Amino acid sequence: MTEPILKVEGISKSFGAVQASKDVSLDLRMGEIHALIGPNGAGKSTLIAQITGGLVPDRGRVVFGGQDVTGLSTAARARLGMGRTFQISALAMEYTVLQNAVLGALGQRGGVFRFFRPVMKDAALLDAARAALAQVGLSDVAQVRTAELSHGQRRQLEVAVALTLRPRAFLMDEPMAGLGADGTQVLTKFLDELRAQAPILLVEHDMDAVFALADRISVLVYGEVIATGTVDQIRTNSLVREAYLGEEIAP
Amino acid sequence: MRRETTLNAALMAALLAFPLWAYAVDEPFLITLTTRAVVFAIAGVGLNFALGLGGLVSFGHAVFFGIGGYAMGILAFHAQSYTPIIDGWLVIEGTKSMPLIWLVAVIVSAIAALGLGALSLRTSGVYFIMITLAFAQMFYFFAISWPAYGGEDGLSIYVRNGLGGLNTMDPIQFYAICYTWLVVVLFFVYRAARSPFGLALSAARQNEARVQAVGQVPYRLYLVAYVISGAITGLAGALFADLNRFVSPTMFSWQTSGEIMVFVILGGVGRVFGPVAGAVLFILLEHVLGGLSAYWHVYLGAILLGVVLFARGGLFGLIAGREVAHD
Repeated sequence: MTEPILKVEGISKSFGAVQASKDVSLDLRMGEIHALIGPNGAGKSTLIAQITGGLVPDRGRVVFGGQDVTGLSTAARARLGMGRTFQISALAMEYTVLQNAVLGALGQRGGVFRFFRPVMKDAALLDAARAALAQVGLSDVAQVRTAELSHGQRRQLEVAVALTLRPRAFLMDEPMAGLGADGTQVLTKFLDELRAQAPILLVEHDMDAVFALADRISVLVYGEVIATGTVDQIRTNSLVREAYLGEEIAP
Repeated sequence: MRRETTLNAALMAALLAFPLWAYAVDEPFLITLTTRAVVFAIAGVGLNFALGLGGLVSFGHAVFFGIGGYAMGILAFHAQSYTPIIDGWLVIEGTKSMPLIWLVAVIVSAIAALGLGALSLRTSGVYFIMITLAFAQMFYFFAISWPAYGGEDGLSIYVRNGLGGLNTMDPIQFYAICYTWLVVVLFFVYRAARSPFGLALSAARQNEARVQAVGQVPYRLYLVAYVISGAITGLAGALFADLNRFVSPTMFSWQTSGEIMVFVILGGVGRVFGPVAGAVLFILLEHVLGGLSAYWHVYLGAILLGVVLFARGGLFGLIAGREVAHD
């Protein structure tokens, strides 16, 4: 078996008396979708922030592609190939869809400290950006200002920008949030295919999507991973049923 | 042609035609007035690079304006008094050569911007405004209390510095120099705004988390923008000092910082040519209203309020539409 692309090793993080992460360990293997679920306030966002570099854990480490990245900045981790999407769309709203994608492609290629060549005439960047937009189905709105996109299109653009980075792993924070039933279905199908390109650590509230997609699920409750396993294992795990899933999957 | 492009072209054409007309009818004062506008415009274009593109509300750009001014003042003062600036194992002489003065002004401003930016950019928002203001005040009081270069009285330079075979004391020739610089600076900023750096910098202003997630470090983008911005404003300072053949601590004052910001806001934040329109409007108001009353700043204040409340995009926003093009 190949080494997992991402390993979270015994991460703990406290804010005053609140322990947001308690000795959390999980990993992301090639080709899989690993879903991270848990009730509100379970510490999912805190965990994602520690993986992507927004927060530094008190203890434990994050290993990405065989390299300890615990002390690296968000930007450095992105350059190593962490492609993340945000729970609340974080896009340059004044820019066109294409410009947002080019921004991602620029991050992947490097060379931002160039002051004279028009970036929107750089064929290599444009090709990469257009390819990513085509993959998520946003080619038609490439010239539209991002602020004018629908909520669902913004979610797609988040994914497209992550794609331009040609990441070695995706970290997606509730990509389905706010999508209608149709949107969720489309994105579910898309992520299903995307896992072959790079594995996905998926934080998601939509249980149907999680159960449809996940190869493995980790359940986070009060900052602790109480169970990790396949969909069936998680469905039948009594701790999980008690702590989180409750009535939702009761027979 | 887009309306903004038309406006840009009209503005630059007017800045060419008006002084030529003034020259033809022998009104050197009007040429000098336009020169002031053009030099202020360069200072504003400098600030706008940080403020418009990067969203860095620097309330201390007088530092760079003043450094440019004193670079000219000190170099020319030593040249006209035949005393070296440094006399020891290393001897540094003054100079009356404009290119050399510009070079020194730009380099020293850039170094100052690097140092001040590195410190100030650790803060953001209101704190950034306050810390840049505080640094500018430090420079101001330092200049006041430095007797070697005139202290509060400033430094007078007898004749303008030289450039090639030009007679720089001739208003229209000096104007040509300043106008050329404005064109060069605008061209650079126009290109830079559309470059990879411009794309990333403006994106950082819009959403820092986004640029971090694609591997850019906002702090570095801001710092480079601040250095470029400071260098441009420093160049304007050197030209301004040469225009007046005089430099004083006023160039470092917070009023100067405020005026540079007024050029940007009046014209339209984030528009490449915005500060040009702003500076022209400012000089126009100063000249027209200043003739009506010594308290013309009251009217300026009212107009500024009007712009901020009703025409956020400044003059450019009013005429060319609110949305800033990013093509």
